[in-house]
Amino acid sequence: MSDAAFDVAGRIGQPWKKPPFIQRRWLRWTLLLGALAYLIAAYMTIEVNWSRVYEGLERGKKFVLAFANPDFTTRSSDIFEGMMESIIMTVASSVVGIAISIPIALGAARNVAPLPVYLICRGIIAISRALQEIIVAILLVAIFGFGPLAGFLTLSFATIGFLSKLLAEDIESMDKVQAEAIKASGARWTQWINYGVQPQVMPRLIGLSMYRLDINFRESAILGLVGAGGIGATLNTAFDRYEYDTAAAILLIIIVIVMGLEYLSGVIRARVQ
Amino acid sequence: MLRLEKLVKTYKTGDQALKAVNLEIPEGQVLALIGPSGAGKSTLIRCINRLVEPTSGNVYLGDVELTGLSAGMLRKERRRMGMIFQEYALVERLSVMENVLSGRLGYVGFWRSFLRRFPQSDVDEAFRLLDRVGLAHMADKRADELSGGQRQRVGICRALIQNPALLLVDEPTASLDPKTSRQIMRLICELCKERGLAAIINIHDVALAQMFVQRVIGLRFGEMVYDGPPDGLTPDKLTEIYGEEDWEATIEAVDEDDLEAESAAS
Amino acid sequence: MPVQDIKGQKIWQRRAGRESLFHWALWLIGIAVFAYCWQQISKSTTWFFVWDAPRIANDIWTRATPPKWEYITQLGKPIWDTLNIATLGTLISLILAVPVAFLAARNTTPSRFIVRPIALLIIVSTRSINSLIWALLLIAIIGPGVFAGVIAIAIRSIGFCAKLLYEAIEEIDETQVEAITATGASRWQVMAYGIVPQILPAFAGIAVFRWDINIRESTVLGLVGAGGIGLQLSSSLNVLAWPQVSLILLVILAAVVISEWVSAKVRGAII
Repeated sequence: MSDAAFDVAGRIGQPWKKPPFIQRRWLRWTLLLGALAYLIAAYMTIEVNWSRVYEGLERGKKFVLAFANPDFTTRSSDIFEGMMESIIMTVASSVVGIAISIPIALGAARNVAPLPVYLICRGIIAISRALQEIIVAILLVAIFGFGPLAGFLTLSFATIGFLSKLLAEDIESMDKVQAEAIKASGARWTQWINYGVQPQVMPRLIGLSMYRLDINFRESAILGLVGAGGIGATLNTAFDRYEYDTAAAILLIIIVIVMGLEYLSGVIRARVQ
Repeated sequence: MLRLEKLVKTYKTGDQALKAVNLEIPEGQVLALIGPSGAGKSTLIRCINRLVEPTSGNVYLGDVELTGLSAGMLRKERRRMGMIFQEYALVERLSVMENVLSGRLGYVGFWRSFLRRFPQSDVDEAFRLLDRVGLAHMADKRADELSGGQRQRVGICRALIQNPALLLVDEPTASLDPKTSRQIMRLICELCKERGLAAIINIHDVALAQMFVQRVIGLRFGEMVYDGPPDGLTPDKLTEIYGEEDWEATIEAVDEDDLEAESAAS
Repeated sequence: MPVQDIKGQKIWQRRAGRESLFHWALWLIGIAVFAYCWQQISKSTTWFFVWDAPRIANDIWTRATPPKWEYITQLGKPIWDTLNIATLGTLISLILAVPVAFLAARNTTPSRFIVRPIALLIIVSTRSINSLIWALLLIAIIGPGVFAGVIAIAIRSIGFCAKLLYEAIEEIDETQVEAITATGASRWQVMAYGIVPQILPAFAGIAVFRWDINIRESTVLGLVGAGGIGLQLSSSLNVLAWPQVSLILLVILAAVVISEWVSAKVRGAII
């Protein structure tokens, strides 16, 4: 059974080393030294004012303690209004974003849409994904003025890029045979989408929508920083005034709502799948 | 050498997998454990090295009682029991050599093993074992590049490099084709003989068991219903172990297999 | 029952009577909620500005083009800072996320009822809060600068990385772990030989994926004063230097596209 081609006697007494992950020696060392050089350079160029950091530890401690004793009452009306605005923006933008994403997702799936439509829809998705929420919000605030409308538009726009891309991928990977069977029955295009495609991608659409709702809420919390409405403005004020207990209260509310949304989306996803 | 006394395992679900099993294995004996699925074969050998904690009863390996050992002492005793698994259970993303050397983990310290700096004697032994099973040229291949039979041979090397006194073998041939199954069984039995190891081989293929071992234990619903030589397995006995079935064909097949095996060996 | 018997004729319906009523009610509630939300948004919007928006947009566009190309010479350091914030932040978060993930995974946690919930709480709370908010907080505590950005990115990424990693740990093949345990290996050796090799590809994938996201996030951290190219964006916006703004936006866009390309390449090479 033993393999004659391999000289075992020659290997006995020889040290064994694990074959390296990167075979080429020069490449291995170049990457290693490069990474090391980068880390040193990066570390050198970060200016850390250690005495300031040290002073900050005291404030940090105060903040951690504030979490144990958050203040919901002093600015309760500000918090309530900001939270409501965040939630309203989240719900409205999710609804509109999802409604617009569905046709765009269909257009961005190569097995459903013709090439020109496909290219246009993919272009829209690419633009929406490349631009971050906060930058879009800045521009929209400049154009539409302060207020939740800018935030609503920002989140709707971001939802389109996220949802259309993932949904289009799902449509592209769907089971061809089921869709063909519907087509074979002489259905027109809309009927074909309704009967052949929709049932297959529906669970995923619902799951993704819930996930996006969750993301939209989290994002809505920062849009206020640039004047686009929501709880972010209240939070920013709290930090500016060093009112850590109010800030802690707001953060706790955000965490609880996100946890609640995650739990809800888990339940809903389990039901539709 | 290995003695089980009133070994009981009751799972949390209430299933009694083992009901007071008594068993004694002398030095160097290879025995086969047969029985239908769910009879408790797998539980029995896992209770010996305590991958499954027995509910009550004692396990003696030599003079050492295993069920009461602390975690550290248990690890020491586990080194004396090599285990071979059904689906090979190689760490698929490690190389063949690393898989074999992982059998020495009980002997080397953490940092040495982490940095792959095993003692030279271990490396030499690993090469000798790999050569013995015909895989020395594959030492630096990744385990998931190997075929089923090759993987199981690596699994055997990993168990043997522990320098065990006892082999616990869990369905070594379940995922292999008939020819490879026999090669693996023969290899295990040969190695046990060479090294004077005792072994418990869990196996569902009765014919294969009869071909290679000196002693067969039949397990049914967690109880021993047969303990004797392989040729004592009459159709009546098999019915007792497995339930009603036409056993004549199996037993005849064994005889033919034996002839075939002998002619192949000569 | 979806088939109804009306005057001896069987009529098939998609949903039974009560179920369809429930569906209608659900739709109605949904529409009402949306209408209410829209009304609230519309109430706090100055519609005069909105009708004026096309003119303003056009105005901004003419001011912003062409971008002030020579300004790029001043962007070298901010870009370098941005890269550092993302990379160092990702590194720190990975170092912190690994133990959290091991404590959170059902099959490796030392205690299910005490340690695991704490680990899960760390994951959910760091994940729920955006890096910009972490940056605000850290600036209030340790002062503005790149360092606050690095820490903000690091904290925000812990939850994300730990969540994906602990899911990977829960999906490992237990028999490989069992096999290593059976050799008499210690707890740490079982980890190093049985578990780590199995999750290494997932770990590398997560690291690169998160790095890509962090590049995006670190470009805007400067808006709140946490260093990077966002600082330039913020100051240019404050003085309404639109040609500079458009150049910075182009640079950010390029950074995002490049980082996505790099991460896709690296992930392709790993898997």
